[in-house]
Amino acid sequence: MISRLANPARFMRLSGTMLPLFAAASALVLLIGFYLALFVAPPDYQQGESVRIMFVHVPAAWLALLVYLLVAMASAVALVWRHPLAGIAAQAAAPLGAAFTLVCLVTGSLWGRPMWGTWWVWDARLTSVLVLFFLYLGYIALANAFDDPGRGGRAASVLALVGVVNLPIIKFSVDWWNTLHQAGSVFRIGGPTIDKSMLVPLLVMACGYLLLFSTLLLVRMRTALNERKARALQLAAVPAASAPPDASPVLR
Amino acid sequence: MSAFDSWAAMGGYAEFVWPAYAVAVAVLGGIAIQSWRRYRASVRVLDRLQRDR
Amino acid sequence: MSAHLGLLRRELLLAWRQGGEIGLALGFFVLAVVLFPLGVGPEAEILRRIGAGIIWVAALLAAVLSLDRLFAADHADGGLDLLALSAMPLEGVVIVKCAAHWVTTGLPLVVLSPFLAMLLNMDTAALPVLTLGLLLGTPALSLLGAIAAALTLGARRPGVLSSLLVLPLYLPVLIFGAGAVEASVGSTGARAHLLLLGALSLAALPLAPLATAAALRQALD
Repeated sequence: MISRLANPARFMRLSGTMLPLFAAASALVLLIGFYLALFVAPPDYQQGESVRIMFVHVPAAWLALLVYLLVAMASAVALVWRHPLAGIAAQAAAPLGAAFTLVCLVTGSLWGRPMWGTWWVWDARLTSVLVLFFLYLGYIALANAFDDPGRGGRAASVLALVGVVNLPIIKFSVDWWNTLHQAGSVFRIGGPTIDKSMLVPLLVMACGYLLLFSTLLLVRMRTALNERKARALQLAAVPAASAPPDASPVLR
Repeated sequence: MSAFDSWAAMGGYAEFVWPAYAVAVAVLGGIAIQSWRRYRASVRVLDRLQRDR
Repeated sequence: MSAHLGLLRRELLLAWRQGGEIGLALGFFVLAVVLFPLGVGPEAEILRRIGAGIIWVAALLAAVLSLDRLFAADHADGGLDLLALSAMPLEGVVIVKCAAHWVTTGLPLVVLSPFLAMLLNMDTAALPVLTLGLLLGTPALSLLGAIAAALTLGARRPGVLSSLLVLPLYLPVLIFGAGAVEASVGSTGARAHLLLLGALSLAALPLAPLATAAALRQALD
């Protein structure tokens, strides 16, 4: 299936038909998710109504990590199998992952503030997500740092693979660091297990985020392919416009 | 206090819950809008280039 | 093997002749450490508490500053193309260059660190752990830094960019290195931290050159 999608023209046709469906689905699921999160879910016995922040925070964390894994996988496919669309997919996905990471960080800070009294908590999860944010920024910066966009994409692919190998090491070391410096402060979501009444809105929001990501990924990939084609057309037009009438001194 | 007011107050946590939801909507909506506008621009540019050939 | 040794000798000779560059990184290391008492106040107790962290962070920043010495000059004058075409595998070239980088940057940091620790009023009992930790961790800094240096060859603003790329990679080294000192004055002891530091450097030894060589090949295409 992946190789069938390798043809950019076929991808454009497929994504063109699927885009409206994805967009409608994400809007619908997100609306349901927000409704469940704000009206239906019960307040937590420990954290009260502030637990509603969890429904925008936790799915964002899941997507932040998932998208990075997708960027790394697409980078591997681009480097090893030289799949033409894989590099485009990775670069299209990275800003979306960074956006989810930002949402996770800000909502996490707001969630922690009434509990811990500070605007930032150096707990293991938030710190790891902060590092993930910088991994995203580094990837995006590297991909855009070269005049030749192909070179930037290939360099960024290597960086993504290095990052994904480094990610568990970072998580391990941050967990280690956290247990050393804070006697087990746990950012638990109220109770040892999540009640079903809270799990459903959480999963719905996660689905909504995932659908939104998929929609925007298709949009950004189509944009990248359009821009690539436009660049090629502009480059092809240049020699015809500016070539001097006699340009072959070698043949004289 | 009406039912809407007590819901909006979020048990006293309103100053944290509502900004959190606002940030989520703003960031995700923002990147959605940016992605869409850039896409529309790319379609316009490509159309013009293909027409001028 | 003799080709590798020859390259190592060439790298060390070049670094020795351009001694000023090594001095710059070390000077920055000392200056960065000195900034902290000026910033947080000279209270001995506070400095002792954060001393290990300061020295480790300063070492990281000094390492980051010195990364462009690895490949940029050879890339600019074509020496890198010659090395890539030579009989030596590119990964071997990378290891040799990282070894030279460590001898000329990491090792001096290790030697300077006890003196800086005394400036920060650290426990003399903590000095061996600090020095040993830097000794075990600085090879990883050179190896991981090479990845960032290779990835940014030919980029706009390579210096700042490679700093942004490499610091997340350095985080585990920082956590275990500074944590080792803290653990040694506490009850747990520094052994686990130091072992982890050594493990990081050992793991980086085969893996980092793989990524670095891949990045170099992209730069040379």
